[in-house]
Amino acid sequence: MFLPGHYPDRVTTAPERTDDRLPAADRLGLRTRIALHAGRLAGGLSRRLGRGSGVVVRGRVVLALDPDALSALASGRRSVVITGTNGKSTTTRLVAAALGGSVATNSTGANMGPGIVSALDDCDARSAVLEADELHVPSVMRATRPEVVVALNLTRDQLDRTHEVSRTSQVWARAFTAQPGVVVVANAADPHVADAASSGRPIWVDPGLRWTEDASVCPRCGAVLDWSQPGAGSGTEALSRWSCRCGFAMPTPDYALTADGVRLPDGAHLAFDLRLPGEVNRGNAIFAIAAAVALGVPAEQAADRVGAVEVVDGRYATLDLDGRQAPLLLAKNPAGWAAALSMIPDDAVMAIGINARIADGTDTSWLWDVPFERLAGRVVGATGDRRDDLAVRLHYAGATPVVEADLVRLAHLLPEGPMVVAANYTAFREMRRYVEGGLNA
Amino acid sequence: MPGPGTSAVRIVHVYPNLLGTYGDAGNAIVLCARLRLRELPCELIVVEPGQALPREGDVYLLGGGEDAKQTAAVQMMREDGALVAAAGRGAAVVGICAGYQLLGTTFLGVGGIPTEGLGLLDVTTGRLERRAVGNVLARAAAGVVGPEGEPLPDLIGFENHGGATVLGSAARPLGIMEIGVGNGVPSTTGQATEGAVQGSVFGTYLHGPALALNPALADLILSTATGPLGPIDDTLPEALRRHRRLHVLPATERAGRVRSVVKLLRRKDSAPSGASATLSGR
Ligand SMILES: [Zn+2]
Repeated sequence: MFLPGHYPDRVTTAPERTDDRLPAADRLGLRTRIALHAGRLAGGLSRRLGRGSGVVVRGRVVLALDPDALSALASGRRSVVITGTNGKSTTTRLVAAALGGSVATNSTGANMGPGIVSALDDCDARSAVLEADELHVPSVMRATRPEVVVALNLTRDQLDRTHEVSRTSQVWARAFTAQPGVVVVANAADPHVADAASSGRPIWVDPGLRWTEDASVCPRCGAVLDWSQPGAGSGTEALSRWSCRCGFAMPTPDYALTADGVRLPDGAHLAFDLRLPGEVNRGNAIFAIAAAVALGVPAEQAADRVGAVEVVDGRYATLDLDGRQAPLLLAKNPAGWAAALSMIPDDAVMAIGINARIADGTDTSWLWDVPFERLAGRVVGATGDRRDDLAVRLHYAGATPVVEADLVRLAHLLPEGPMVVAANYTAFREMRRYVEGGLNA
Repeated sequence: MPGPGTSAVRIVHVYPNLLGTYGDAGNAIVLCARLRLRELPCELIVVEPGQALPREGDVYLLGGGEDAKQTAAVQMMREDGALVAAAGRGAAVVGICAGYQLLGTTFLGVGGIPTEGLGLLDVTTGRLERRAVGNVLARAAAGVVGPEGEPLPDLIGFENHGGATVLGSAARPLGIMEIGVGNGVPSTTGQATEGAVQGSVFGTYLHGPALALNPALADLILSTATGPLGPIDDTLPEALRRHRRLHVLPATERAGRVRSVVKLLRRKDSAPSGASATLSGR
């Protein structure tokens, strides 16, 4: 059906060439061009049928017709791959900003082969900043030959999918060993990430937060890790460091988060401001700065660009709940929730939405791994499919839950004060759709 | 043992770093909160590997964990000795998933090797053919009653395990399965059972925060230390149990029925297989 003669001449549709663009003509082989064309048609069809954005369908069709399409599309680019359980999308956005100029990126969060194919087909920028699912790191690295990989963290996610942190760490280690030239910007405070990154050329980052729940035993020898040692230095650098009796211990960070900025590898301090909220995003920001510096961007310039980022894929968007404004936060697992709760000001009124659909994990036990005790003594809204699970958790944490399925009604029921809404994955998606679609009608 | 109004009830959370996979800390939170809501003092003692277990605990909680951690934990508890001694003087011991298995006489440890448990429950654990993951409903087994002889309400929870557990004559099941897999091995009377109880030692596959969903079971465990406890406001836990019954469990049951039909259809063109669960390693 898609014969060569039917394929439109790519030169006529290519954007204007500039320095940061790839040469358009003849860059891709005939087979790849046919596959891309078929993919665009399938993606467009899927979108018109109302099956979502069509990004993934499009990439799947391309890869079915040309399994090497991703390497062909990535060839000639300077790529950065970002992976980890938490903060991938935000950090991808921050790295793309830090590099400056035109950047190809899978900003929609479709972070496996098909999504990345679509992103690279849409933009012929020389720089590519790609979010990759943890378990797809080897295949994405093989195809895109990145110069830098950012390895953020490894915590349990979607618990009933038997997702094992140590297994993922081994998958990464093999991928890093297979490409000895790649620079791995890695979280030194996460033992599983540190273990994997030691197989590559690591640049160590200490993002300031500590999440010890998934790192109780040494990834190398299985002994119980010691988290009691304070670090050297002041502020964040005084946070606990981990070590094991086998000799494996937290590497000395090249970049470390400080109270108002980052300590750079040469020991200099660089202060920066961030528009995105929360301590966890200051950590993500220094991963982005480190990645940009590894690609030749001066640290000051990277920090300025990162500081200007405001919104990441609607993640820090503000909901208008019948006149009551509330920023909306996404948290997908206990580590993400601990980070989200740390962003909530003391005077804020919080509403929380919890679902337990397939994409969230159908078991709600993880609610008990979240430190909701931080909300003790406060009135907290509970919504989402599993609002009753959440209400029991909040009750035993010493908070007073207000249980209500309808988010707008909940906003009316909660006490006065600045309101913040946080939700897990599918609840978050529904809230955005609900507020965008139904409210002002 | 302290009665109400005397010294604090001591809840010991055993090695959460090793046995604490899925929100297991919730059970300690629930037990303490249910005492405090009655204005009874509670002392929560969290013991990590390397620290000695207290000898004077009233309730010892053991959560779930991977094979390697389960094996490491059982060795440490045996060397420490306090838990077995406490069970001997009638303190409550509650094991969830891996914690349940290691309270038995044998379980499958690292690499599927049969490993000696603490022997506080007369149960042995092998492997299920197919991992059991999903919501669970079980009615309380005969003889499982509250502190004043009242029958315990149904057990509701979520299971996620690969263990097939056989009960010996000294242990009694905690529940009879309505929805879910539970112990995975039919009892001598052919009933599908869940968990085990032997004196004040409890084991269950209702994983993670099982006591959050089963307030009566939580109070039964507490009452081993305090004697019968007065009622408290359980509106929220009851609403959660109702939600599971009306909205969550029916879907699990439907999915289970589809699975059994598929299994039946498959059986017609292949040799019939035996029980749905078999023991390996023996
Ligand atoms: Zn070690």
